[in-house]
Amino acid sequence: MRRLVVLGAGTAGTMIVNKLRRKLPADEWEITVVDRDDVHPYQPGFLFMPFGTYDDSQLSRPRRDFVPDGVEFVIAEVDRVDAEARTVLLEDGRTLDYDYLVIASGTSPRPDQTPGMLDAEWRRSIFDFYTRDGAQALAEALKEFDHGRLVVHITEMPIKCPVAPLEFTFLAEAWLREHHLRDRVELVYVTPLPGAFTKPVASDRLGAMLEDRKVVVESDFLVEHIDNERKCLVSYDEREVPFDLLVTVPLNMGADFVARSGLGDELNYVPVDKRTLLSTQSDRIFAVGDANDIPASKAGSVAHFAVEVFVDNFLRHIDGQAMVRSFDGHANCFVESGDKKALLIDFNYDTEPLTGTYPLPYVGPLGLLKETRANHLGKLAFRWIYWNVLLPGRPIPLPNHMSMVGKHPVDDATTPQPKELT
Amino acid sequence: MTTTTLAGHEFHVNDEGFLTVPSEWSEELGAALAAQIGIEMTERHWEVVRFLRADFAEAGETATLRRVAARSGVPVKELFVLFPQKPAKKMAYVAGLPKPHGCV
Repeated sequence: MRRLVVLGAGTAGTMIVNKLRRKLPADEWEITVVDRDDVHPYQPGFLFMPFGTYDDSQLSRPRRDFVPDGVEFVIAEVDRVDAEARTVLLEDGRTLDYDYLVIASGTSPRPDQTPGMLDAEWRRSIFDFYTRDGAQALAEALKEFDHGRLVVHITEMPIKCPVAPLEFTFLAEAWLREHHLRDRVELVYVTPLPGAFTKPVASDRLGAMLEDRKVVVESDFLVEHIDNERKCLVSYDEREVPFDLLVTVPLNMGADFVARSGLGDELNYVPVDKRTLLSTQSDRIFAVGDANDIPASKAGSVAHFAVEVFVDNFLRHIDGQAMVRSFDGHANCFVESGDKKALLIDFNYDTEPLTGTYPLPYVGPLGLLKETRANHLGKLAFRWIYWNVLLPGRPIPLPNHMSMVGKHPVDDATTPQPKELT
Repeated sequence: MTTTTLAGHEFHVNDEGFLTVPSEWSEELGAALAAQIGIEMTERHWEVVRFLRADFAEAGETATLRRVAARSGVPVKELFVLFPQKPAKKMAYVAGLPKPHGCV
């Protein structure tokens, strides 16, 4: 009997065990999936919780419901992986031997990593929205908030769902207008990046949307600490941004057991080959989803497209054959822009988000990099698709590889020329 | 990709002026590149740049600020003093390496 162990029953891990259980013969392969709890959150929904769109019950299901028959589900904290011995040690003392290991333990916000973030003002005037508790606490705080400086802040890249802080800003702006408070609130967007987003065309478009909404952007800002008494963010180069209400995205890090196992980089992400997701340290270990270090967005859509490629490659790898499929870093994300509209972006390692239509060239129905109602409805409908199609590993009729058809490339002459070095 | 000349060196650059062929770099060129962006190289600057070059040769990627601070022993705060405002980009520019892609 050969053994596959998957660490993490989140988006990537759940899809993997569903797809591989169908492909790997039950009399030859045991599959085990480990997670620390039995609550699978629908993370994209957290963004809407502060504005009262969803309540808690709509945003989580038992992980167990998505683990197929023939896969053992173990609830435990992972102590560490011993790659030499091919064993996973759990904190409760149990051990799991493996022939192949998939690390799919994701990334988490770590407010403890920035001095002052978890001090007196945490959950009083400092909030995050990437956790259920944080999003819920922020919903309460927003009810009381009627004037002052609302600061949306990103600590450091990379972060899970890199468009979410922008979406939060757009939604907050619309929410303030709806509640007749917009004139009494100054909105500030603080980012370590040189602009609104990481890729030039989308950054220009999204930057213009911030400007239209009179949001002040503080760029190239790397926070060193938060001054709780004076309620301000202080950067390494000693700039200060005061706030009345701070909505921050804390530093994101991979799981601590990755570091304890000696398998991670500075942020506990597992270095992998970006085309195959095989660990650079062990040909028995893959890392899929947010847990790896590929230069793609940490997002469910990336996990989804990557899993499709991974499964085919894995089946060849265990047979001693070369892995022939190559992941291209494909991502697509809906970007909520407020007033029941959204944009859609579609990109990969080499091609930035462009304008055009998706998934059908010229027809759409979804406009790329353009605010439409259809995109907003697409975003809301996705929750159903996530629970019913994506997690169970059923096929979604979208190509895994990004396509250029129907997109409008920018020629070199119009590519924005960053002049920010001097 | 175009070719440019600086201080008697000919090398390939991208549209932002970053070297595209790391092997075309030398310390002399590094100093000239630094001067282009208003930086006068000190021994501390060289420590950072030499670390970046060595780490790139090993890892195949330009180190992020976090990695530089963790591995070279020059803290982030000081990196902001040595290479003001945009240390990650400026260090890579001087070292003749691609921009780090910590930003996706």
